[in-house]
Amino acid sequence: MSATGIGAAVRRKEDFRFITGKGQYTDDVSRPGQTYTCFIRSPHAHAKILSIDTAAAAAMPGVVAVLTGQDFAESKLGGLICGWTVLSKDGSPMKMAPHPALAAGKANHVGDPVAVVVAESVAQAKDAAEKVVVNYEVLPAVTDPAKAAQKGAPQIHEVAPNNTIYNWHLGDPDATAAAFKGAKHVTTLEFVNNRLVPNAMEPRAALAEYDPGSDSFTLWNATQNPHVARLVISAFIGMAPEHKLRVIAPDVGGGFGSKIFIYPEEVVCLWASKKVGRPVKWTAERSESFISDAHGRDHVTRAQMAFDDDGKITGLKVHTIANLGAYMSTFSSAVPTFLYATLLSGQYAIPHIYCEVDAVYTNTVPVDAYRGAGRPEATFVVERLVEVGARELGLDPTELRRRNFVKQFPYQTSVASLYDAGDYDASMQKALQIHDYKGFGKRKRESERRGKLRGIGFATYIEACGVAPSSLVGQLGAGVGLWESAEVRVNPTGSVELLTGCHQHGQGHETTFAQLVSERLGIPIENVTVVHGDTDKVQFGMGTYGSRSGAVGMSAVVKALDKVEAKAKKIAAHVLEAAEGDIVFKDGKFSVAGTDKAIDWGSLALQAYVAHKFPTGEIEPGLKESAFYDPTNFTFPAGCHICEIEIDPATGVTEIAAWTAVDDFGTVINPMIVEGQVHGGVAQGVGQALLEHTVYDDKGQLVSGSYMDYAMPRADDLPSLKVDTTVTKCPSNPLGIKGCGEAGAIAAPAAVMNAITNALGTEKIDMPATPQNVWAALQQANTLRQAAE
Amino acid sequence: MPTVSMTVNGKPAKADVDPRTLLVQFLREHLRLTGTHVGCDTSQCGACVVHVNGKAVKSCTMLAVSADGAQVVTIEGLADGQQLHPMQEAFREHHGLQCGFCTPGMIMTAVDMVNRLGNSLDEKTIRHELEGNICRCTGYHNIVKAIGAGAQAMGKGGGMQHAAE
Repeated sequence: MSATGIGAAVRRKEDFRFITGKGQYTDDVSRPGQTYTCFIRSPHAHAKILSIDTAAAAAMPGVVAVLTGQDFAESKLGGLICGWTVLSKDGSPMKMAPHPALAAGKANHVGDPVAVVVAESVAQAKDAAEKVVVNYEVLPAVTDPAKAAQKGAPQIHEVAPNNTIYNWHLGDPDATAAAFKGAKHVTTLEFVNNRLVPNAMEPRAALAEYDPGSDSFTLWNATQNPHVARLVISAFIGMAPEHKLRVIAPDVGGGFGSKIFIYPEEVVCLWASKKVGRPVKWTAERSESFISDAHGRDHVTRAQMAFDDDGKITGLKVHTIANLGAYMSTFSSAVPTFLYATLLSGQYAIPHIYCEVDAVYTNTVPVDAYRGAGRPEATFVVERLVEVGARELGLDPTELRRRNFVKQFPYQTSVASLYDAGDYDASMQKALQIHDYKGFGKRKRESERRGKLRGIGFATYIEACGVAPSSLVGQLGAGVGLWESAEVRVNPTGSVELLTGCHQHGQGHETTFAQLVSERLGIPIENVTVVHGDTDKVQFGMGTYGSRSGAVGMSAVVKALDKVEAKAKKIAAHVLEAAEGDIVFKDGKFSVAGTDKAIDWGSLALQAYVAHKFPTGEIEPGLKESAFYDPTNFTFPAGCHICEIEIDPATGVTEIAAWTAVDDFGTVINPMIVEGQVHGGVAQGVGQALLEHTVYDDKGQLVSGSYMDYAMPRADDLPSLKVDTTVTKCPSNPLGIKGCGEAGAIAAPAAVMNAITNALGTEKIDMPATPQNVWAALQQANTLRQAAE
Repeated sequence: MPTVSMTVNGKPAKADVDPRTLLVQFLREHLRLTGTHVGCDTSQCGACVVHVNGKAVKSCTMLAVSADGAQVVTIEGLADGQQLHPMQEAFREHHGLQCGFCTPGMIMTAVDMVNRLGNSLDEKTIRHELEGNICRCTGYHNIVKAIGAGAQAMGKGGGMQHAAE
């Protein structure tokens, strides 16, 4: 292993600009003559828009334009779309309602934009926005997904009777029912997977500029996938043809899924920039983020697991109501279906599984993928059931897991996933050892001496990353392929620009992708620049989400590097006057086997460009290759997280006493970065389990709409973590990578809740386990216990 | 419009501003010092922390006119030319940042923490002191490590008070 190659904890190349304040996020970009926007958003969850009076606003100082939903409707531009078609059980397509960038006729959630002011400054835009008079007729609203499809619920969209988007299912209902009939024991749980707000620290932003000279647009946008944004804005919105629209995603301050989607604001900025003939900028304030960024999770689930005499799982039945909010966001349909039910086998051989998912509209912000996207929800179902099942059967939870682990690969689950490689017991054993599981009893007694309750909980999770063979996702309804592209441009002096369709917003690609090139070509990592996030530079790419950049993006890089090496060898053969088959490339040097004839990388690159020594009719001058890589399967990272907590029964305050994570991510490019991804994922999972809660009142007002009300995890809410790995290589990509970005967020909620319920001795508590909820659960459990005694 | 003048990163800065202009807007929009970020509206996230007269201040909660005559240091003024401040170096060494958005505020808070509490900071103190800074990427694990190490390094002579103060 070289100091900068695969497996080295290389310090990040991108850090210098961030630690010196030289990062360039969208709001940091300024264009000459730019204007600023303030969106007027519906204060009501559900309301007819009777009229909008813009006259007073238009007369305010500095106002350039005031545009309404009516103006947008007259522009004949298209609306926002969900790009993944899901079919109901009866074969009918999902009920996708129109989603105009500015609402006209009716607003469907608090925060739905109905008009926009464009002005010389943000302050002037805000002042004028206060003068826009919108006359609403308030309608009854529904926010609770469990009530959305019930009789008498307010109807949100004409196309979706009973607010139902689809009734979807996966698995064999009859075989599963039969498995339950023969079961020795059935564990049943009902729970809510709490709604979350992603809260990337950089608020969303867009800066749009129209150039009349070339009749083309440029959009700077805080997005995780600039090419997909361009495609949707071009092909579905109809703003401009793709070759007349450049999307630049500069430094992006966190995404976690929320910046995958195409949102109204960037569309409106583009449209307005042409209308006013000047660049138009919008940067969300945090309160806007809360009511306009797509939220995550929000499931109501009833699940049952059947066991035989030996504690073997014989069946699993799941019914979930998924809240998709007021409109279907870009990938929303896929999250509670293909990214959820396909993972319900967990790490276990479960012969029969049946899952039903009812997706509903409500008068809330749209819900879409948030770190883990479906897989944290699936893991919560499976891992809570397994843990509670073990308690009910009187088995150690690790023993019950061990009896049910998938042990032979490949393994075809009963919910379509084909697990390719793994060693689940190895991860668990390593975690148990690192955590000192054996010492738990002693630590528990010590806590009890101090009047505290101590609990331990596990999550042996599995996830599916690197989505997936394009032909398969096409069959499943996706509107896009999910391959990735790469281009390796070798300069005449041997330095390299690596272009990737992935996009970094915290993941460190500028370092890890360069490590790959450094190792392969034997050149210093400083001589590699990673280029991404600009549709004028990178030809096409699918962006970064679903922990795909390593497994899919780097595989494309490997393919491009293969081509570079192959061509370079041909050139070397001519330069060194040897047969191509005798050329060996090692440590940055081409040599002729068995001789001392050699040429180093930089000199070879120069030869490729001067083209003096090879026949250019046979070999083209230059050294630049590109590749598209389509995955052959999902990848299946898996691991074991152990959470140990201590509860103060007097206050309900839960403290995380220790955390151990042992993950199998396959090949690790940079262990420092991988550990960082685990830390961040766990923090978000712990946030979901202990702190974060998105609360709507029955009128549809978002009660938890700021950092005063929505509890983001702080430094003193979290412990230091013990993080380690085991390795089984992924057989379906050239590097053996599985992906690591979401694991922590997938494992953590179940691990925390298993620990808390272990300490409390009751399963009756939902996330977030705030001190109030923990204290109440404890009192209820004590009352029941006393009544029973 | 009132005129404000202050010293920012050792250089004089002067402008006529709308009275409601916040210090962070003055820094970002008038001086184009965009390293100081705005992550929330409610003084919670700390992405906007700068030093005013040697103390950490959330620049989204201070009017530019209130900083009239002050010595202001932003993330851009922390390094001594190409020589990184030890706290900047520690964040890089310990992978204390991912997306980088909260980082300027974190580093400015960390330096202030050391200035107030000294070079030996235990984990509990660091975690408690970070209550005004939110990071969504790192889970704080490596930020806590970086600040502990940066504090030590500041004490070992790498520890200049930053040049501009």
